Amino acid sequence: MSPEKLTYMANQIAGFFRSKPHEEAVAGVADHISKFWEPRMRAQLFDMLDRAVDGLDPLVLEAAPKIRPVD
Amino acid sequence: MSLIKETDYGTPAATSENQVTLTIDGFEVSVPEGTSVMRAAMETGIKIPKLCATDMVDAFGSCRLCLVEIEGRRGTPSSCTTPVEDGMVVQTQTGRLKDIRRGVMELYISDHPLDCLTCAANGDCELQDMAGAVGLRDVRYGYDGDNHVKQRDGGGEVNARFMAKDESNPYFTYDPSKCIVCSRCVRACEEVQGTFALTIEGRGFGSRVSPGMHESFLESECVSCGACVQACPTATLQEKSVIEIGQPEHSLVTTCAYCGVGCSFKAEMRGQELVRMVPYKDGKANHGHSCVKGRFAYGYATHQDRILNPMIREKISDPWREVSWEEALGFAASKLRAIQYEHGKESIGVITSSRCTNEETYLVQKLARAVFLNNNTDTCARVCHSPTGYGLGQTFGTSAGTQDFDSVEQADVVLVIGANPTDGHPVFGSRLKKRLREGAKLIVIDPRRIDLVRTPHVSAAHHLALRPGTNVAMVTALAHVIVTEGLFDEEFIRTRCDWDEFQDYAEFVADPANSPESVETLTGVPAEEVRAAARLYARGGNAAIYYGLGVTEHSQGSTAVIGIANLAMLTGNIGRPGVGVNPLRGQNNVQGSCDMGSFPHELPGYRHVNNADVRDIFEQAWGVSISDEPGLRITNMLDAAVDGTFRGLYCQGEDILQSDPDTKHVSAGLAAMDCVIVHDLFLNETSHYAHVFLPGSTFLEKDGTFTNAERRINRVRKVMAPKNGYADWEVTQLLANAMGAGWTYTHPSQIMDEIAATTPSFANVSYALLEEKGSVQWPCNDSTPEGSPIMHVDGFVRGKGRFIRTDYIATDEKTGPRFPLLLTTGRILSQYNVGAQTRRTENVVWHDEDVLEIHPHDAENRGIKDGDWIKLASRSGETALRARITDRVSPGVVYTTFHHPATQANVITTDYSDWATNCPEYKVTAVQVSPSNGPTEWQEHYEQFAARARRIEAAE
Ligand code: SF4
Ligand code: SF4
Ligand code: SF4
Ligand code: FES
Repeated sequence: MSPEKLTYMANQIAGFFRSKPHEEAVAGVADHISKFWEPRMRAQLFDMLDRAVDGLDPLVLEAAPKIRPVD
Repeated sequence: MSLIKETDYGTPAATSENQVTLTIDGFEVSVPEGTSVMRAAMETGIKIPKLCATDMVDAFGSCRLCLVEIEGRRGTPSSCTTPVEDGMVVQTQTGRLKDIRRGVMELYISDHPLDCLTCAANGDCELQDMAGAVGLRDVRYGYDGDNHVKQRDGGGEVNARFMAKDESNPYFTYDPSKCIVCSRCVRACEEVQGTFALTIEGRGFGSRVSPGMHESFLESECVSCGACVQACPTATLQEKSVIEIGQPEHSLVTTCAYCGVGCSFKAEMRGQELVRMVPYKDGKANHGHSCVKGRFAYGYATHQDRILNPMIREKISDPWREVSWEEALGFAASKLRAIQYEHGKESIGVITSSRCTNEETYLVQKLARAVFLNNNTDTCARVCHSPTGYGLGQTFGTSAGTQDFDSVEQADVVLVIGANPTDGHPVFGSRLKKRLREGAKLIVIDPRRIDLVRTPHVSAAHHLALRPGTNVAMVTALAHVIVTEGLFDEEFIRTRCDWDEFQDYAEFVADPANSPESVETLTGVPAEEVRAAARLYARGGNAAIYYGLGVTEHSQGSTAVIGIANLAMLTGNIGRPGVGVNPLRGQNNVQGSCDMGSFPHELPGYRHVNNADVRDIFEQAWGVSISDEPGLRITNMLDAAVDGTFRGLYCQGEDILQSDPDTKHVSAGLAAMDCVIVHDLFLNETSHYAHVFLPGSTFLEKDGTFTNAERRINRVRKVMAPKNGYADWEVTQLLANAMGAGWTYTHPSQIMDEIAATTPSFANVSYALLEEKGSVQWPCNDSTPEGSPIMHVDGFVRGKGRFIRTDYIATDEKTGPRFPLLLTTGRILSQYNVGAQTRRTENVVWHDEDVLEIHPHDAENRGIKDGDWIKLASRSGETALRARITDRVSPGVVYTTFHHPATQANVITTDYSDWATNCPEYKVTAVQVSPSNGPTEWQEHYEQFAARARRIEAAE
């Protein structure tokens, strides 16, 4: 999928959780992506994080280490 | 097998708890207070002659055939309008009564044609029956005098009373010469359907039934629900299919395969031929009512376009080649295996169908999980109600709608959001209208003035005509009023919900930024109107919410569902009859397909694949190891296809090319795959990209179950042999076995047994139970063996109800100078979804093309007149269709349906989607409308492409 689209989707999730207390928001984003994103999508996200691609919501960056890794 | 004859008790059942005891013809009877003498008699098996009474409508007392004698009363009261009283002594057959009845019948018959032998209703006519019952032997008056029967009198003069047959409706005829003016049809149209299309025109002997103001049925307000036809005791209103074929000889009870109401029907047969579908009175969802689709629009089952032989082709540019089942399945299986071998386990997947049965859906997801060994399964519910699953799951603990349909009879306030029940869920719409006529209040939140806002004897208390895309702002503003004005139910919240979460939520909604005044600029709805609606919802008594795709199909669809759940919890409107949160599901088995584990992250019964205990159950049952990773959703499959990592798809009973948003994205994904298997009745739009076509079977050709929007599991019964050779579950099994699965189901009941054994909410469901009870609402297990009409009665499924903040985030699909209007989409009564079925029936007389509704103001600005061709363009693409100018839509908003492939409304929609579930944002697209001369180049190009893709090689 295009990196723009993936970024958009991740940021949309962050948008929903933003209004929650910060800790909960970070956990919420990580949990949501772990539960609903197929490994290919998570792998692409991790790859983009590794390459420090611009545009990801800070909440997504913060949630990243808690997202289920891809084996 | 015999013809199921339902007892007509003459008048509707009374609901009182008080019993009254009386004596009828010497037999003692106890019935609820309020019961008519006629009904009480019928309950003991005593049939009082009657013509104008039938139990689907209230008694009227006009025919005077049902007279009885009651001890201590003078005269001969009519039993249909006389309520029972304690100690009453009733005689139904005395010399006096017999004489009066014969006299009455003689008068009726003297103005009725005596062509019984050749009449379509012969054998199914109450007038005939009554003539027999009262012993009518001779009619003293001929047709010489005043009559409605003869076109010309004896002297050849035109008889002014005679009216010609009205055959304008495609499904039934009206023959005024046979009418006995009992007004059953008029009452059925008013009381049952709520359309008020019929009246009795004229007076006395001259009176006759008339649709509208002396119009034909087709021109009138009639929506062809068929209620009047059922009510008619004679052949005056008669199904054309009965006129053509004759009376049925056997019947079976089955379930409509169109919408989520899940109406029960008797399929009345003559051998293998379907004579007619008659709504079944014992059907718990419909109680004997129906709409035009289920009642009449089944002609597609035998349409010439149906494909009956399997077909394959190497490339999609090749013509199709008809082959044996064996060859087609072998071809498909080897392709899928080859793809997996080369590109990995995860490179193929399935799409299950919301039109197929639970058993079929279960097998398709099982194919992915147990044979493909991945979780790449998704379903079209993705594009409609997936946000319901997420939103209600998070707040209540289950995605289930909370009520049964009967619950609406106890609602005092009904809030309809983003749904159009009279078109989308017609039978529920009729029941809702009935309740509203009885005085319940209505609030409608919808950009468009749906029919419900103003229909005969119903008028919404509030219509909040918000701008498309602002549901969350609106719902949160309602909560703001409820919280800040202290209208919430503290007792309920303290006992049933998490109090801390409530406080957090209350603080959030109380923020002035969420007040109706603040959001007025977003929603365009006057704040005072929002406040009044909130007060009514919170304090108007039992308040029930019904919502549809106008809530879910947004980038904040899941958030809106959460907001709706919050409203119900705030006001304590959960857990009893008359209240609740009710998602109106689109297709017949959307509920079931979700229940059956069609989603890529959930095993049957909504249990996440990462739950090891649940995986264990299925691993034991299936003898495989199940992936704990979520699979791809439909849109993700298409993205992965374009990336080259997803290459094979088995798509059962879905037309994703037409029904999914952003057609160009879908076609690019499909075109990139190596093996697309379409399993369907027709060469649908998706099949243009398919390599294998497996012919499907209709709901008339298989056994199974559908689960409707109230979680009711209804039986589907096979009434004829599959024309294509196999029921759909058999085809899936053959495909699985071609891939080495070794499945051995011989009947769908065995699949249901497997579902029950693995899924706790279905634990006690079996075909035997369904046979016994007719239907049952899940959860149905040891703690609720009778099923569960109402959810969350003593506590929420998740324990404490959970309030969640619902921050409004505007969609990025915004209007601007290039695309200044907002397009929203919907559907109409006579057509269904992508129209593959209904377009192949006579229903096209009501809707033969999609049109664009546009406000007079916007039309004038653009020089567009009613009926003009216009071009509709968005960032994604453009199409052309005709305009209909109407003030049902507000200025700035346009509306269309997506029933016809020629329009391809989804060329316009974008790939924005719900943040939580990727449910596409169908309901908001920024567009421009401009005059045009006809179809766009793209449409013409597509038509040529489609014709080419559908070529079938002539058999050698
Ligand atoms: S078909 Fe339905 S809507 Fe039409 S006249 Fe009969 S009852 Fe009324
Ligand atoms: S059309 Fe049928 S139901 Fe209606 S008044 Fe005539 S006989 Fe009665
Ligand atoms: S389409 Fe829906 S409302 Fe109409 S008959 Fe079928 S289930 Fe009932
Ligand atoms: S049936 Fe009672 S008056 Fe007609």
